[in-house]
Amino acid sequence: MPRFFSPRPTVRTRRLLTARLGSLWQGSGMLVVFAIIFLTASLGVPHFFSWVNMTGLMLSVATIGTIACTMLFCLASGDFDLSVGSVVAMSGVLAAVVVNFTGSVGLGIAAGILAGGLVGLVNGLAIAAVGINALITTLATMQIVRGMSYIISDGKAVGVREPAFFSLGISSFLGLPTPVWIMIGCFVIFGLLLNQTTFGRNTLAIGGNREAARLAGVAVRGTKIAIFTLQGLVAGFAGVILASRMTSGQPATAQGLELQVISACVLGGVSLTGGVGTITGVIVGVLIMGTIQNAMNLLNIPPFYQYVASGVILLAAVMVDRLRQRTIA
Amino acid sequence: MHPVTTPYLQFDRLTKTFPGVRALDRVTFGVAAGRVHALIGENGAGKSTLLKILSGVYRPDEGRILLDGRPRAFRSTTDALAAGIVVIHQELHLVGQLSVAENLFLGHLPGRWGWVDWRRLLAAARRYLSELGEDIDPQAAVRNLSISQRQMIEIAKALTRDARVIAFDEPTSSLSSREIDRLFQIIRGLRDQNRAILYVSHRLSEVFELCDAATVLRDGRCVETFQTLAGLSQDLLVERMVGRPISDLYRYSPRPHGPAALQVEGLLGPGLRAPANLSVAQGEIVGLFGLVGAGRSELLRLIYGAVRPTCGQVSICGRAAGIRGPQEAIRRGVMFCPEDRKRDGVIPIRSVQENINLSSRRRFCPLGLLIHPGRERQNALRQVQRLAIKTPWLGQLVMNLSGGNQQKVVLARWLSEDLRVILLDEPTRGIDVGAKAEIYTIIHALARRGVGVLLASSELPEVLEICDRILVMRQGRIVAELSRAKATPQEVLKLALPVAEPAAAREPL
Repeated sequence: MPRFFSPRPTVRTRRLLTARLGSLWQGSGMLVVFAIIFLTASLGVPHFFSWVNMTGLMLSVATIGTIACTMLFCLASGDFDLSVGSVVAMSGVLAAVVVNFTGSVGLGIAAGILAGGLVGLVNGLAIAAVGINALITTLATMQIVRGMSYIISDGKAVGVREPAFFSLGISSFLGLPTPVWIMIGCFVIFGLLLNQTTFGRNTLAIGGNREAARLAGVAVRGTKIAIFTLQGLVAGFAGVILASRMTSGQPATAQGLELQVISACVLGGVSLTGGVGTITGVIVGVLIMGTIQNAMNLLNIPPFYQYVASGVILLAAVMVDRLRQRTIA
Repeated sequence: MHPVTTPYLQFDRLTKTFPGVRALDRVTFGVAAGRVHALIGENGAGKSTLLKILSGVYRPDEGRILLDGRPRAFRSTTDALAAGIVVIHQELHLVGQLSVAENLFLGHLPGRWGWVDWRRLLAAARRYLSELGEDIDPQAAVRNLSISQRQMIEIAKALTRDARVIAFDEPTSSLSSREIDRLFQIIRGLRDQNRAILYVSHRLSEVFELCDAATVLRDGRCVETFQTLAGLSQDLLVERMVGRPISDLYRYSPRPHGPAALQVEGLLGPGLRAPANLSVAQGEIVGLFGLVGAGRSELLRLIYGAVRPTCGQVSICGRAAGIRGPQEAIRRGVMFCPEDRKRDGVIPIRSVQENINLSSRRRFCPLGLLIHPGRERQNALRQVQRLAIKTPWLGQLVMNLSGGNQQKVVLARWLSEDLRVILLDEPTRGIDVGAKAEIYTIIHALARRGVGVLLASSELPEVLEICDRILVMRQGRIVAELSRAKATPQEVLKLALPVAEPAAAREPL
């Protein structure tokens, strides 16, 4: 007797198998795309398939990958967050200023993270408690926070005078740079959070049908505020790491980061309308972006052409996924 | 009575399979021109799939459609329209912001090289509207029209395409009885113009009133085609639809009532004109009957806390419950099944398992945080078996289930809880006979367990069938209370019909 069944004698094992295979095929499309891209790059691009290059690739997407973990939650609950790029810049600048001012690396890092969390909390309250549209709210905070990072830094890069600060970004462990480990850690933590906790399942429920979730007793407002606050904290942390890697706080950095993070999520199969998203998908999406960028760099493709190529590949990858989903219907 | 000739529209061994489900299995029957042919069957029987193949949305895996003896293949909806086939869906496909005339000629506006000829458009629109005998301004915006008027526009649209086959999908669910009479008049007129009419409906009384022939679908198969409805009984059709003898379906039986499970005093809020007072005993099924706008849904939502009441007191099992929202309501054992299950009830893109477990996680999560996948699966499986939810596996997305099964998923969500009172808003709307009976049985079983059931419904037969007591609502007030013994259809309807304010004589409460 099949494990999942309805007592009506009309359901057969064959139906069950086709249903499960169908859903598996639907979910793993981008993995196939990634495999193709990776294989092509390994065979076609010299020096691509080497340990040094692989670590470089992962390091290049460390910031995007880390923030994509929380953006997954944001998109899955049906919202947007355009302010992450500005938060990254501001937290890096703030950390640098605090470290220089107090001489304490720990205080600087904490300040950066908490400032990010504060921005996230403000986002969450405006969106969930007051009810302002997420796109507009985060568009506004994006501007405000960017302005603040210029103000705090007086418009210039803030060089950090404590060398202990650099260990976060420059050190490595077991052959992988620390920022990569942090990204991997985030994948694990947020993957568990999404799949194994009520918070994660509620996020998907809210994105799938907000009113139904509310009527079913899900704490919609609280969950959304938590999501944005978490995102702020993680973006703050990513900003501190970035500042550590650059040995300074840069007010103008991470412009357009939010769109790159959202692209990585979309590539990973996260639905922009909410309710659909997996951590494996996000990992795949981040890796696809990293691979393409890395391969183009190795091929010495000029940066202007890289812009065009990235956009075209994003479009093509999503189109392939859509076509594949339609053939199933 | 028209002579039965070679059918104009013939379905020949039509088969369509989706992942995990065989929606149509070698369906074969014919619809003659000049006849109204009913297509009946439970939800999930394959009616909408058949209509989608007919209108060109899907392509059949096997089998074919013949028009006037010639096989036709539709590669798109445009092909079907060009072949003279129009399907009028339950959710009308009109563009609200555009005018009536533009909607009538949507897709084929008169004009040359993309330049719209407005004069010709309006003249043609007026012509078609007058053919139907409708007095609608062709320049009016569609969103300002009533549902019945919009339906007329859809029919006129079909006429502009010179449709030889017109299919109606549940056209009467939102119409008043007068509007239904008008619709039937129009359909008979279309039939007399020698068009082939396919009429899909749950309401067997309408089928007997309007149709000349009927085909019954069950589980994707064509069970039987009746070339004439004379001498047939509703029970026979129901048996064909459900596949079981009529006596197997739901039967009412009284049960003992305990103390009050739900007590409402002086509840007031949006949608209510006077404070509401009612009580439901443990094990009792109380019906809230009223017409559209009577305030039934609003009352249920106020009790549940989905909408904040302005004043009033709700007590559960004798204790005052300060219900400020759904979360408190659930903690006190009050649960709610909303009216529009697609909009407010289920999460369509999530799985059956997730939807069932949505509210009950706190019970089997140790910290209220970590979920236990094994217990989740067990709980979902238990509910699926208990309620006989038809789904190939627990991971099936709820949007792929039929309406009846979706409703069972919403009910299943509450069954594992410590349920004291359940509030049901139109629990069997859009659900066919077989699934309806199953849901009545479930409600009955809940009541026998000691749960207090408050059921809001606009379907009089349903309320008379299952309730122990009926509260009649009218224009935002509870106006009468009838016991099961005293409630007759005429009596209840009389109380529910709106009266002009101020009323000369009020019914005694």
